[in-house]
Amino acid sequence: MIPRDTASDRQVTEPDPPISIPQTRIINEERERPQQRGHGVSVKALNAYYGDNRTIKNISIEFPASEVTAIIGPSGSGKSTVIRCINRMHEEIPRARADGRVELDGTDVYDSRVDVTHVRRLIGMVFQKPNPFPTMSIFDNVASGLKLTGMRKRGLRDRVNQALRSVGLWDEVHDRLGTPGVALSGGQQQRLCIARTIAVEPEVILMDEPCSALDPVATLRIEELIGELKERYTIVIVTHNMQQAARVADTTAFMLDGELIEHGPTAQIFTKPRDERTERYVTGKFG
Amino acid sequence: MGAVSPETSPLLAVAPRDRRRRVVNRIMEVVASIAALAAVALLLLVIGSVVVKGISALSFSFITQNPAPFGQPGGGIANSIVGTAELVGIASLIAIPIGILIGIYTAEFAPSWIGNSVRFSLDILNGVPTIVTGVFIFGLLVVGSQQSGWAGSVALAIVMLPIVARSAQEVLALVPRSLHEAALALGLKRWRVVLRIVIPTAAGGLVTGAVLGIARVAGETAPLLFTSSVFSNLGITTSPSQALPNIPVTIFTLSESPSPTDHARAWAAALILIFMVLVLNIVARTFHDRSRRRLRG
Repeated sequence: MIPRDTASDRQVTEPDPPISIPQTRIINEERERPQQRGHGVSVKALNAYYGDNRTIKNISIEFPASEVTAIIGPSGSGKSTVIRCINRMHEEIPRARADGRVELDGTDVYDSRVDVTHVRRLIGMVFQKPNPFPTMSIFDNVASGLKLTGMRKRGLRDRVNQALRSVGLWDEVHDRLGTPGVALSGGQQQRLCIARTIAVEPEVILMDEPCSALDPVATLRIEELIGELKERYTIVIVTHNMQQAARVADTTAFMLDGELIEHGPTAQIFTKPRDERTERYVTGKFG
Repeated sequence: MGAVSPETSPLLAVAPRDRRRRVVNRIMEVVASIAALAAVALLLLVIGSVVVKGISALSFSFITQNPAPFGQPGGGIANSIVGTAELVGIASLIAIPIGILIGIYTAEFAPSWIGNSVRFSLDILNGVPTIVTGVFIFGLLVVGSQQSGWAGSVALAIVMLPIVARSAQEVLALVPRSLHEAALALGLKRWRVVLRIVIPTAAGGLVTGAVLGIARVAGETAPLLFTSSVFSNLGITTSPSQALPNIPVTIFTLSESPSPTDHARAWAAALILIFMVLVLNIVARTFHDRSRRRLRG
């Protein structure tokens, strides 16, 4: 499988009208949204700890706007922890903390003036196991992140329908939006969770092994979706599956024992890695 | 290949030790089954004897009429049923919100050592003999004042609180971590996560705990002996600032009476009480099952 180098060679077959994007976004203060869609994330000298145990060791990495970056590495190498530091979910774990900078478009998400809920609205997250809210219908699941902004009924419905279209669920579920989200198949549930994430219109989507609980067909569907979504969002995907990284990612980062070993264009990481450890991992000699 | 004949198969070889093991196994199984059956039998025996002894005095008018004046035949326990409903209702209004809030605090907000201490304290509170709770409230609210429905309700609320709070803690802890994470990752604030995700998901279990608490205190007698047991009013008492007649104390008083008809009436009152508790338990069970299914998702 030869990975793609650039985003431009992908044919965009988007049948839906483009999602309406608000003119301003709020992090600290209102500001103009630049023409370019999506914002990059840069991680600078990040350390993360569980109690006294330092599990992320001084990582610096750029996640360019509107690109897909894959993070690969063996279990326990700190891949998930890194992305959980980006939307500050890491600190939800008791005794866990992080230091360093994670900048979204120049603003440090750890700045004391930054509200953590804003960080998470701008940097969405999709989890390993599909986790729709069991008490909610399909519609309410997608609307769950929007309702707290006081969005009105009409706007809410449009946004939910739009999000369902973007993940290709609309045709499958439009006639049963009131049924429970947990009644869907695993792959559909995961796409529902992606719809829930993009409904709040984030800049960045973090995906923590989003296909590891899915069958190959559902996996393929999600991978196609990632290719479509990167036009609008910056995507960081943690994966155990190297073929998946090769298929979806523009750049790939290899982590080992909490350190970033190598980061470069996906083709280079898989064909001409610079570091011997990367080579051993991608050729299946360990991990 | 099939060279092993059925008779020589090592699967069929029986050593003497194996035989002994089988016998011990069988005996243990029988003893354990008898113990389990004894519990069921005991329940049936208690309910059965109450039914047999109480059914004769039970009638529609027994439920709908107030007690007859002293020395006259007839009359019912309507005033006690209403009083018990008032006492338990007020106790529930106090204990259920506080109990659920305790559960939310320890499951969602408290650091684990505080959660553990609260849990331990609730277990101790649950173990306090209810007569002690009664005496405590007697000293606090009755001495210098008088017996009242309020005092009785507060005493019952103290008995109820640990039951509601502990079951709320347990059921809230069952709400999967992944749902919290999903909600937090959408940028929901913590209290919104609790209100919109955690509580709806755990609702069935919270109701179960509350109903079990109600069922437990509906029959409590000791906390009421000091706080709401001296009532001369034979009619329905609506104001909780007076002592409220109630079923458990009525059973106690009737059973102390020398008159055999009063004894029969005590059994009938007990039958009503046990029926109420049974219904509450079945309601709790239904919510429990529903909530389990939902949490397993």
